[in-house]
Parts: sequence; structure tokens; C-alpha cells
Amino acid sequence: MSILGTRVIRTEDPRLLTAGAVYVDDLRVPELDGAARVTFVRSPVAHARITGIDASAALSEPGVVAVLTVQDMTDLAPPPPDSGEPVGGEGPAPLGGPWSEPLLAADTVRFVGEPVAVVITDGRYQGEDAADLVTVDYDPLPAVVGPEAALTSESLLFPAAGSNIPLTSPVSADDAPFDACEVVVEQAIVNQRLACMPLEGRATAATFENGKLTVWHSSQNAQLCRLILCGALGMAPDQIRVIVPDVGGGFGAKVGIDRDGLVVAWAARKTGRALRWNETRSENLVGMTQGRAQLHHIKIGGNRDGKILAYRIDVIQDSGAYSRMGGFLPMLTCLMAPGVYDIPAVQAGYRVVVTNATPISAYRGAGRPEAAATIERAVDLFAAEIGMDPAEVRRRNFVAPDKFPFQTKTGALYDSGQYEEALDKVLAGAGYQELRKEQERRRASGDVRQLGIGISSYVEITAADGAAGETAKLEVADDGTATVYTGSSPHGQGHHTAWAMLVQEELGIPMDKVTVVHGDTDLIPVGVGTYASRSLQLGGSAVHKAAVEVKDEARRQAADILEAAEADVVLDTISGLWQVRGDPEASLTWAQVAGHTSGGLVADVSFAADLPTFPFGAHVSVVEVDTETGKVTLLRHVTVDDAGPVLNPVLAEGQRHGGIAQGAAQALLEEVLYDADGNPLTSTLADYAAITAAELPSYELLASETPTTVNPLGVKGIGEAGTIGSTPAIQNAVIDAVAHLGIRHIDMPTTPQRVWTAINEAQKAGNQ
Amino acid sequence: MIPTPFTYKRAGSAAEALELVAEYGDDAKFLAGGHSLLPLMKLRLAAPEVIIDLSGLRDLSYVTDQGTYVAVGALTRHHDVEHSDVLARDVPLLAHAAGQVGDPQIRHRGTIGGSIAHADPASDLPAVLLALDATLVAQGSGGTREIPIGEFFQGLFETSLEPDELLTEIRVPKPASAGAWSFQKFSQRAIDWAIVGCAVQGGNVALVNMGGTPLRAAGVEAALADGAAPSDAAAHAAEGTSAADDIRATRAYREHLARVLVSRALTEASSRA
Repeated sequence: MSILGTRVIRTEDPRLLTAGAVYVDDLRVPELDGAARVTFVRSPVAHARITGIDASAALSEPGVVAVLTVQDMTDLAPPPPDSGEPVGGEGPAPLGGPWSEPLLAADTVRFVGEPVAVVITDGRYQGEDAADLVTVDYDPLPAVVGPEAALTSESLLFPAAGSNIPLTSPVSADDAPFDACEVVVEQAIVNQRLACMPLEGRATAATFENGKLTVWHSSQNAQLCRLILCGALGMAPDQIRVIVPDVGGGFGAKVGIDRDGLVVAWAARKTGRALRWNETRSENLVGMTQGRAQLHHIKIGGNRDGKILAYRIDVIQDSGAYSRMGGFLPMLTCLMAPGVYDIPAVQAGYRVVVTNATPISAYRGAGRPEAAATIERAVDLFAAEIGMDPAEVRRRNFVAPDKFPFQTKTGALYDSGQYEEALDKVLAGAGYQELRKEQERRRASGDVRQLGIGISSYVEITAADGAAGETAKLEVADDGTATVYTGSSPHGQGHHTAWAMLVQEELGIPMDKVTVVHGDTDLIPVGVGTYASRSLQLGGSAVHKAAVEVKDEARRQAADILEAAEADVVLDTISGLWQVRGDPEASLTWAQVAGHTSGGLVADVSFAADLPTFPFGAHVSVVEVDTETGKVTLLRHVTVDDAGPVLNPVLAEGQRHGGIAQGAAQALLEEVLYDADGNPLTSTLADYAAITAAELPSYELLASETPTTVNPLGVKGIGEAGTIGSTPAIQNAVIDAVAHLGIRHIDMPTTPQRVWTAINEAQKAGNQ
Repeated sequence: MIPTPFTYKRAGSAAEALELVAEYGDDAKFLAGGHSLLPLMKLRLAAPEVIIDLSGLRDLSYVTDQGTYVAVGALTRHHDVEHSDVLARDVPLLAHAAGQVGDPQIRHRGTIGGSIAHADPASDLPAVLLALDATLVAQGSGGTREIPIGEFFQGLFETSLEPDELLTEIRVPKPASAGAWSFQKFSQRAIDWAIVGCAVQGGNVALVNMGGTPLRAAGVEAALADGAAPSDAAAHAAEGTSAADDIRATRAYREHLARVLVSRALTEASSRA
């Protein structure tokens, strides 16, 4: 029998759950003996001109090795000059010219938390004390807070650029498709700024010896780190080794290496000291890139029979102070704008703006959750307007199963999908009709605690950069063990378990004899990494491909030893023995076969996919809203998340669970806030309402597996599905619970105050 | 946790703690469970030069039946207050409320005395003890004195303790009708401080986080004394309060919550009585 699809428990966990894990700050390698500590001096103001930096008091403190500012970066190339070309379309990322981001602030700071200087000390406590003594004089400038303020261009972050809008892809203003509709609904919808919140914050260690820079970094991809380091520091790839040890979560914010990590690496080269940096949580909440931060204006039109005819979404992407992702995030939002619906006219466009806030980057879903949240809200708004059950409206607009591959109006080519089947399955699993009856009962009795039922149907794009592929090298040694070198980069997903399962499946070498190595550019010079729900479909397919190649070579070797025709040599993947068909006595172990070769059995491959995949699903969420206080309690969450065949249900469920929790967090609780001067109000975990287990029910996960043809495993991504599907279902459920009071929309997060305010205002309007 | 430098002293007894605080004066801070002080030090919002650790004062951790009142040692951890048989029987409001503080880790470290002496109006136990008409016992260089809890809270994080005094015991009078209690804690997440809270014991009503100190809802109590129904009395809940505006709640929302929670608490307390 196949090991694939079985509930193999994670081989990583005994080590990760005990003292065995080694994160960057745990590293006790000889190279880092006596490493000095890096402490950042960060801007306490949102927008200001720097008029002076005085480090003399800090330098006189015990243990202070150096205080470095941008003035010390004489060994770095200046930022690329402005090409003079108009910036537009998807744009480069990061932006150059007048929009350039320095490594340490030069003459201007643009967000609270921006690195201004680094203090290098023998000890960490000394670093915090000395950083307090670095005096930076700031001449305040008016802060641009929020995307709408950016549009006015009253205060400019980059005066040389002449506006706060680096990139635009304008939405169509053609109203004709809406003019033909019986019903048109418009709404402004906020997709709020979120903190990415990995348990392990950012961490970097670096040494520079004999011309070689070694950087240990908490990252989602060692090889991309090296590429970025090469560019920033002007070094060749063979001069840099990047090692990524255990990583405590990334969620998109650890793709590559960011500004702070680059500064640590540069400072190690500059000072010649081994250096360590491990940020505090308060630092993380202002310094690590954040996610979402979009404002949508939508218009949806259709007929009273439930058919949607036209949809427009105008996205304003708050990129924070520096547009690190260019137009990538809103581009993905626009690409996925129509979701699972076959809408005849779709108009989508965006503007990227800069504001005096922490820069925005990828966060679990990266542009797609924003698209799903808004189209699912829009469909509910439309359903409410025509008085039709939201499930029924969805059914009448789904892309039909016989239309795949389906080209959307926004340019995506969906490979496969069974949207109605997924919805029907989740509605049945939730007991939708019974829930509606219970809701009706509570509404009729005027119950303080009203029931809300929210639906979302979603499709997302995973491995959008499938053409970039992923690498795998597989070696079988003459002791019969196998080692996988993967370019993929685990940080919680369970790659070690999954890759070993793939090897056992193909080669019959038991999992406990398979070692998985990742995250070291000396061992794995080429790799792409883990993001965009790409690992299994690309990295896993590469492992599979390597195993097939190793098997082919082993068959040749076995045939040679056994003096049999290759066609007669078979591998029994249960016993792991090579045998000759019809001769049970003649058999070889993997050790014997590998020992027969001169250099061992090795396959070094890469796998690329011609097309991305489009996982889909449907969620039903059930909430209770206390109408006197506005408090929302999530009672149930039922999901179908179809990502093709499931390699290991334990891993897939883990991804769905975590995804649902993060999606629920956006719908219910989490939001990064700033005051009118751009000061962060959520820079501790007492203020930023990260969701906890106490706020979440046990999830009800239903199975659905529709394979894709774009990779040999038939699999699609599952890492972001839970987040994409859950947020709109929960937001819709909250609004559904109070819809009978005359409420049609409540922005996220649906906090008690916000829900109560909506109820209060609806009651006032009703009384007039 | 990267605080500013400080000197650490560990007291072995209340007398030793008092000697240490006499020696270091205003530069010193008592450390009990650490769940209020340490976060402030971590953020460098507090920078005491000397920490006097009280965790060696094991003899100040107790709950004893003293006939007309229950005596609770100031260093009794929330978990032990929550699980005290004496309190479960005679003052169930306090046992229940202690079980609502923070999360299990916090309840195993935080102490009742630390919570009271920190005087955070958003904390649960100050208001609960206010509703219970507790008396606080303080030891100082001048000896031991009793402080009625109504005179204890002077302002945000301010109490009537002298700098050289140590809170040693909380005396909770046994309510005439122990069962007539309710504790309503309204928070966004289970681990959060209350946005607003309400403790009711008999006709005593106290509010969490409705001003710079925990408050008695005097208007509600007066209305109850005049025979008002719970829902009518609750309409007075926001009178005399000065709730803050913050990222969780506006003042108006807090005032609304106070009325809702007081109404629910009074209804629950009377249904239990």
C-alpha cells in the first residue's frame, strides 16, 4: 500500500517541541563565539528630517564597540539613479530612483521604527542601554497617515517624486455594464493592515572572515537571501554563504532578507566582528513588514434573478513608507478579483500609495485574501439587495464545471474547479437549512444573542511563479540511507516529513533512513524557497522527479549486478528490495545497489510548472453576536479546501487550521493602528489583539480532492487556502447576524465596539 | 526582557523587605508575581534602581477563615485564591474573579497583593475587593495599620501605601448573603484586561476600568437601596465615572457597556441569592 495519503505524524516535532530546535539566536557554532550584539536605533517619529546624530555618549559606555550610521556606508554603491522613465504598471520591486529605500536612514525618516543607526556592543543589555544614549535630532514633517491622506499629496514622503503614488493601473470608468443592470450596489471596503506575527521574530547573525561573508538568517529562502546580499553589498555569490536554521514562522514577511538583516551583514563586514541580532517583539511590531492594508471601492450590478453582470474594484494599496513589493500585491488582487464567478464584465485597477507607516509586504495570501474578501462581501451585498439567499446567488454565478480551463476577464486561467459541488458539500456539512431555521427563531424572539451564518466560495492562485521551479538533489549512499537536498525552505510546514514520504513511496527506503537538508547555499546553491503555497507542488514534485531518476539509475545498476534484463528488474517498495521478476531468491538492497556505483546514486534536478494552480473551496462560519454589547463569538467553522490529492492529512489539516485562525484573526480582532501623527498604537501584544486558541472553536474540515495536471503529484497549494476562505465567511457571518436590524456592511475587524456602533446607528436610523 | 540596569535584592521575610525598602527608599520597587512590573520594565516604562523580590515571603501566602472575615495573604497567587475552599464557600465572588485574571500562566505567578498594590483600574481584583468592602493590612516602619479599601486607591497606579510600607494581608468580610454575587468581565480576548467589568455582591456594585481607579457605582447602589429594579438601577451605572477613550473602546461605548454589565450582574446576583 502507498504511504501517500496516510496520517504520518510529523518527524520534525519531537525536536521542535523539545530543546532540540535551533533558531538563529540558539546557534552555538564556533564562528559565532564571542559575537557582538547589534541593537538598532529606530526612529521614534513617523516623518522627520534628521538634523544631527550624536553618538558620543553611547561610545563612552562600557562594552560599546561601534555606533554606525549611513555616513559609515562608504563601502556601498549609491542607490540606482532615477531612470527618468515614468513609473507605471506593475513596476519594479523595490522601486528605485526617487523612491529608493536606504539601508539606514539618510536625511529623512519615514516611519516609526525605521532604522537610523546600529549600536554594536559586547553584550545585549549594553546595546539597549547604549542605544538609548544615541541622540538623534529630528525636525518633524507632517505625517501621511492612511491611504486617503496619501492621495491628497499635501505632504510628500519623497518630494523629488512629486506625489505619493508610485504606481497606478487605473480602473476602467466605463459605466455601460452597470447601466444595463436592474440592481447596482456600491461600497467602500477596508482590508485592514495586519502584523505578520511569526513566533520567532527577525534574527540574523553574520561573520566576515577571509573575504567570505557567512550569514545565518531566519528566512523563507536562503538562496534569495544570498542574491539580495550580493546586490546590496556588491559581492559575488561564491563570497557569501547563507544558512537558514530552524525558522519559527514566516507568513511572507521572511521572504529573502530585509533591510535590517542586510545592515547586520554589512556591519559584520565593516567591523570584522561576528555579530548577532534578534529583535524584540516591540521591534517586530514596527519593524517587520506588515500585510494587507488595502482600501477597496467596489460596484456590483446584476438582475433580480440573481445573475451578476458587472463588477468593479478600485484598489488603493497602502505600501507603507517604502514600496518594497511595487504593484505586486494589488496586481494579484486585481487578477483574482472576480473569484469563482463567471461575471461578463469585470473592471479592476489599483493605485499604490506611500504613507508614513511600516512597509507592507506579502502576508499569508498576499493580495488574494483581499480579492476574496471583497468579492465575497460584494456578492453578499448584492444578495441582500435583491433579497435572495447568498448561497443561491453564488450557485447562479459560479464558473460551470464544463468551462475549465476558464479564462477570467482579469486574465487568470483557472485549471480546474468544482465550485458548486464544494459549496453544496460545505452547506450540507454545516446543516445550513437547520442553521437558517435557528436564526429565524432567534430573530422572531428578539434574542439578545443573534445567530449569523456566513458563506464564502473562493479560488486562489498558488505557485504563481511555477516557472521559476524548485530544486532537489537526492543521494542514496552505500549504507542504504537517502539524503534530500531541497531548495524549498521549511518554517513549520513539515517538509522533512513530506519529502521523506515521497522518497519512501518511490524508492521503498523507509522514512527514518531519509534525511532532508535545506537552507544552506554551500550545500544547495540553487533554490527558490517557500512562499505562495508552492512547496509541495514544486519542491515536492522535484523530489519525486529526483526519486524517479535515482530509481532508473538504480534499475540499471541492479540489472548489471543481477545479470538480468532491466525490464525484468523490479523494485518492491514495501521491502525496499530490488528483485528479478520470477526469481524471488535474487534480490538486492539499496546499500548493495548504491555500493556498486562509483559515486553513489545521485539525481540533481529541478522541476518547473508551466502553469500555476488554482485551489478552491467553500467555508461556512457560524457566529453569535451579543446585540447589547456587540461582541462576536465564533461558534463553528466548516470548510471544504480542495488542493488536490492530500499527501499527508496531518500536514494539510495543520495548514488549514493555521490558515483559518489567521483568517479569523483578520475578520474578528487584528488591526495595526496609528494615531493622527503616525505613531503606532499597537506595538505590543497587549495592544495588538493577536488571536488565541480561546477565541477559536474546533474546526470542521471536509475532504475534497480534485487533482491538477500541471505537476506529477496532481497537487495544489494548501498553505494560504484557510486564510483566504475563512476571512470572508466570518465577516459575512457577523453581518448576517445583524442584517435584520438594517445593517448591510461592517468593516473588519468586527470588534465589539464596531459591531455595537453599527447596531446603534441602525437603531437610530430606524427610529427616525 | 531587556530592562535598564537594576540591583536585585531578595527578602527572606516581611521584616527584611521593610529593612531593604527603608535602606533604598524611592529607588526601590517590590516585586511579587511580576506580571505588572516586569512588562513595564521590559518596555523601559519603569526603571527602578532596586528590585526587592518578595517571592521568599512564603508565609504571606495563605487563605484562612477568621470567623467574620477571610484573611488572604498578600502574596497568595491568583490560582490559589481561585481554588480556595474557604473562599468558595464564604466569598465565591473573589474565588471566581481570581479565575478570570489573565491566563493560567499569569494566575500561577500573579498575586492578589501585587494586583491591588499596582492599582491598575483595568485589573479585576481591585474592583472585586471594593465590592466586598475589604480591609487591607499594611506593615511599615511605624508598625501595622488597617486601610479600608475605599481609601486605598488614590489614582491611576497610586495608592495610599507609604513608600516604606508593604501590603501584607487582605481581609474580606464574609457577605451576609454569599451567593448574591456576579462578576461580569467584558474583554475582546480571553487574555485581555477588561474593557469594562462589574462586580456585584449584594447591594454593592463596583466597576472595572471606568475611571482612574476602581469605582463603586454609587448611583446604582442608591437606586437599589431605594428599591429600584435591576434594569432601572443599572441605568445609573455610568454616573460619576470618567472612563478613558482608547483603541479598544470609546468612553461612550464603555458607559454603555457599564449599564449592560451592571444590569446583567444584578440580574445574575439576584437569581443566585
